[in-house]
Amino acid sequence: MIKNTFRKMTKRKVLWNLIFQEVNDLVIKSMGIIIFISFFIGAVVTIQTALNLTNPLIPRELIGFAARQSIILEFAPTFVSVIMAGKVGSFITSSIGTMRVTEQIDALEVMGINSLNYLVFPKIIAMLFYPFAIAIAMFVGVGGAYLAGVYGGFLESGQFIQGLTDDFIPFHIFYAFFKTYIFAFLLATIPAYHGYYMKGGALEVGKASTTSFVWTSVVIIIANYIITQLLLS
Amino acid sequence: MIKVENLHKSFGETKVLKGISTTFEQGKTNLIIGQSGSGKTVFLKNLIGLFEPNEGNIFYDQQKYGDLTTSDRTELRKKIGMVFQGGALFDSMTVEENVMFPLKMFTKKSNAEMLKRVHEVLERVNLDQANHKFPAEISGGMQKRVSIARAIVNYPKFLFCDEPNSGLDPRTATVIDKLIQEITKENNITTVINTHDMNSVFEIGEKIIYLQDGILAWEGTKDEIHHSNNKDLSDFVYSSNLFRKVRQAYQKGL
Repeated sequence: MIKNTFRKMTKRKVLWNLIFQEVNDLVIKSMGIIIFISFFIGAVVTIQTALNLTNPLIPRELIGFAARQSIILEFAPTFVSVIMAGKVGSFITSSIGTMRVTEQIDALEVMGINSLNYLVFPKIIAMLFYPFAIAIAMFVGVGGAYLAGVYGGFLESGQFIQGLTDDFIPFHIFYAFFKTYIFAFLLATIPAYHGYYMKGGALEVGKASTTSFVWTSVVIIIANYIITQLLLS
Repeated sequence: MIKVENLHKSFGETKVLKGISTTFEQGKTNLIIGQSGSGKTVFLKNLIGLFEPNEGNIFYDQQKYGDLTTSDRTELRKKIGMVFQGGALFDSMTVEENVMFPLKMFTKKSNAEMLKRVHEVLERVNLDQANHKFPAEISGGMQKRVSIARAIVNYPKFLFCDEPNSGLDPRTATVIDKLIQEITKENNITTVINTHDMNSVFEIGEKIIYLQDGILAWEGTKDEIHHSNNKDLSDFVYSSNLFRKVRQAYQKGL
């Protein structure tokens, strides 16, 4: 499927319009849920860390440090991607699956259009913008952590900022965005595969969406483990 | 003209098409009829290139499909118009955008030129009031007409229709049949229609082929059907009381 997606390209002008449309559908329209989840996850991580640090010998700055590490390394790239497997993945599978069921893909093929390039390539390119959404998720998550920590009375603003900057390793940012690009590719291709090659009717479109969500999540989790093992250990 | 030679198609052990040979003539409405499961749809999908035959050849105006390169096949497909059973209109596009789609993909016309051609064909199919509506907002008959407009907008040489009037009321079905026949004559294109609507057979069937269990069991014109000795064909065509009476009237010279 991937090989055929990059063959026999669609007319450039049409392709640009499709890419802009997909950026809007897949990334921009997901920003609301990404910001909402990130803010509250950041806040909850801070509260839980604060409540578990009962030993007075452990500095309160650790709360900011723990929030930064967990948000940048895991919650923003991985947790949000699993949520996106449900939102974006289901959208991709059901929209392509419906096109399959209603013979719209056959119509493209009969016209001499490479339907895989027309349907899947713009999604892959659009998901290159997905790391920008994750960057926003990181900022919003840290913002949620700050607000919950400082205004919840768990630590001082200065302590949080101190924890946030302590032992900062720039490679962790590279690691987070590297795996985000891998997840973006998985989020575009696995649901597209399940939609494109589905057989049957409306009921099967629903089943394909569920299957695609499960598989995308599983592959993201396994890829996360492999990338972490390779880059951080 | 489309010439088919000894076409075979199997799916695993199941042989669906068993050596079909026939010719579909230019400027005529050619009909494929047969019972469900007789191989009509598989035959049509071989003709439009969605399936590759296991054996046999298809010639489009002397061009042997099997010998064409990938780019030649793409060029040939630009000359093909297809009306799908359910319309197969793109849900996310308006009527106007659906019809304009082949022009956008394959021509270098300006937007104004494309719009002019789109309005021409929409007017031809008597549908110039729904340009900005989406497929879900128009009736089944209108969707079929949009589908016909999209199929003919880029001046095709071959037009294929898969059960174009299924799910339509008899009056709209007749309108669609007549429209396809008129467009075939006006543009001198080779039209192949897959149908099991006997009204279509007697209205527009200039050449009819009857498939039975993947074999071409009979071919002829709509008038020749009345004189056919093929029992299966007669059982199929005259299964309704109305058409039995039509045959009796025809044989009595009424």
